[in-house]
Amino acid sequence: MQSFDLEAEGLRKLNVSLHAQKNDTNQTAWEITNPKGSHAIAVGLDAPIEVTVLGSTGYYCGGMNKQATVRVKGSAGPGVAENMMSGKVIIDGDASQYAGATAHGGLLVIKGNASSRCGISMKGVDIVVHGNIGHMSAFMAQSGNLVVLGDAGDALGDSLYEANLFVRGTVKSLGADCIKKDMRPEHLETLKCLLAEAEADAKPEEFTRYGSARELYNFDIDNASAY
Amino acid sequence: MTDKPDTAIPRTVPIQSATFSNPVNAEIRRAAATGIYDIRGGGSKRKVPHFDDLLFLGASISRYPLEGYREKCETKVTLGTRFASKPIELDIPITIAGMSFGSLSGGAKEALGRGATMAGTSTTTGDGGMTEEERGHSNKLIYQYLPSRYGMNPDDLRRCDAIEIVVGQGAKPGGGGMLLGQKISDRVAEMRNLPKGIDQRSACRHPDWTGPDDLEIKILELREITNWEKPIYIKIGGARPYFDTTLAVKAGADVVVLDGMQGGTAATQDVFIEHVGQPILACIRQAVEALQDLDMYREVQLIISGGIRGGADVAKALALGADAVAIGTGALIALGDNDPRWEDEYQKLGTTAGAYDDWHEGNDPAGITTQTPELMKRFDPVAGGRRLSNYLKVMTLEAQTIARACGKNHVHNLEPEDLVALTLEAAAMARIPLSGTDWWPGKPGTSF
Ligand SMILES: Cc1cc2nc3c(=O)[nH]c(=O)nc-3n(C[C@H](O)[C@H](O)[C@H](O)COP(=O)(O)O)c2cc1C
Repeated sequence: MQSFDLEAEGLRKLNVSLHAQKNDTNQTAWEITNPKGSHAIAVGLDAPIEVTVLGSTGYYCGGMNKQATVRVKGSAGPGVAENMMSGKVIIDGDASQYAGATAHGGLLVIKGNASSRCGISMKGVDIVVHGNIGHMSAFMAQSGNLVVLGDAGDALGDSLYEANLFVRGTVKSLGADCIKKDMRPEHLETLKCLLAEAEADAKPEEFTRYGSARELYNFDIDNASAY
Repeated sequence: MTDKPDTAIPRTVPIQSATFSNPVNAEIRRAAATGIYDIRGGGSKRKVPHFDDLLFLGASISRYPLEGYREKCETKVTLGTRFASKPIELDIPITIAGMSFGSLSGGAKEALGRGATMAGTSTTTGDGGMTEEERGHSNKLIYQYLPSRYGMNPDDLRRCDAIEIVVGQGAKPGGGGMLLGQKISDRVAEMRNLPKGIDQRSACRHPDWTGPDDLEIKILELREITNWEKPIYIKIGGARPYFDTTLAVKAGADVVVLDGMQGGTAATQDVFIEHVGQPILACIRQAVEALQDLDMYREVQLIISGGIRGGADVAKALALGADAVAIGTGALIALGDNDPRWEDEYQKLGTTAGAYDDWHEGNDPAGITTQTPELMKRFDPVAGGRRLSNYLKVMTLEAQTIARACGKNHVHNLEPEDLVALTLEAAAMARIPLSGTDWWPGKPGTSF
């Protein structure tokens, strides 16, 4: 286990050390102490390493991650795992706005609640939130799965493309072009896997699926008020 | 009374309304028939105060010129010296602006890379991500970081030469991109993670930051990912240049890219192109003033764009204080866009060479703003690259010619004192004295 005191050694040195890890590294386990809400912790990683942050992080922790597993034993600031490509980011506490924004792949797990715009513009990532999510979540979400064990705030899935949204609790309101959809066997299967991977104690049957009505895909003047 | 009308009485001739002109009326009829606003490509078509309204004084007794061809007049420019460990070094102060793959064909992107590389300058990706064609053929490639984040990925971030965070564009400050279904081919759809054939609207705001304080942290993240090597540009539309430049610098930009209202776009509403944003002439001095007030002039470089056509425009932009310019429309025309050789086909599309701007429909006879394979075949990236390189070199020679005539051994030594304005408007906007006077409206210490 490599231990790194962020306060003492600084962000630049941390990211340089983590970037230096290649696929065949044997320094696979890293522990970061004293994060104290610093921004851009463990960003741009590209190796199958495990990074554990002991405390809360600022903006963009795990941003653009590839391959690595980043675990935050605390809460995460805005834009956690933004544009992640692969790998896994797990937040033991809550996540602020835009969690998983534009992420293309990998798995983001938030054990607590996520704030507004969770999964905004997501492009293939899977996100599992154990608690609730805030308003405008999955805005313009393109693909991937957003799973919420709790409730969703206003305007869920506004201007949604092909992402699947699964909510167990209530949805305050749906955004433009987002509708309730039938749960088919393949969706139950996807959910089962994601719940297991995210260590979430819930059954696929308890969720409702939401997706795009696809009515705004091609411009139609009679829909103008919805744009 | 005779039964014949009296032909001797003069009649009023039919007068077209200046307000309700033929084009205006045609647009009203089009809107009434379709119920949809007009979408088009290109930049503002109306006449606005521009570089043509400025003149150089040249040298005589009070200043002496440099000998054409014999005495050196440098054109090199370095961009990104503030924080980046690997600044961009260019041979000429003219860069190729970001134009998306999707709006342009792969071949057109390749030609932009080829032409820019031959001329010793950089090219820029666009909404929709980086293609192999342009990375492979561009010696210096600037990677745009846009609100849509289509195709954004850390590998491309690491293999670009600089990063350009797009906040806005001159054609549509406050607006996002548009790519209509006809152009969402399989390849474009895949790069953008979108279904084929849909009308795609890119976001106008970044999904994970709002405001200058967030932007500062976003820049920190991008620098950390790319090891503080790459210059970070911030591109803004000509909205409030003084404040936007100030905030871009505060957020940590190495380079500010400022695009005026004449700047082209792949597609947006005509009402946006013609009615939002300011002419580039009005923007440059404000941005320069912001840099000077922050003591950052020449430390943070300024690239301006929007209606740059020739070497005179380049020289005037530099004299007003820019470090370099970027071109979009000019580059496309050099490649062969709107070429009269395709006139028959433009006619069939209901337009004419020089006016064709329905780029979003993807039917470009010249094979540049299209994703249709048969049309794309008409465009030869090698020949196109050669034409672009020629055009860039001519512009550079023209700018040097002017700089020498003004006695400058580097194009960057051109200065506002070398210029006069032909109109009051240009004088006020560019803060350049009206020709024959030492005054411009708003000059400090004068009472206008
Ligand atoms: C076909 C086309 C596509 C464009 N795509 C983008 C883009 O993806 N991102 C961007 O920031 N600007 C884009 N622009 C704007 C240019 O980067 C640039 O600001 C503008 O073209 C400069 O003005 P000019 O065309 O008068 O030279 C595009 C322009 C054109 C003509």
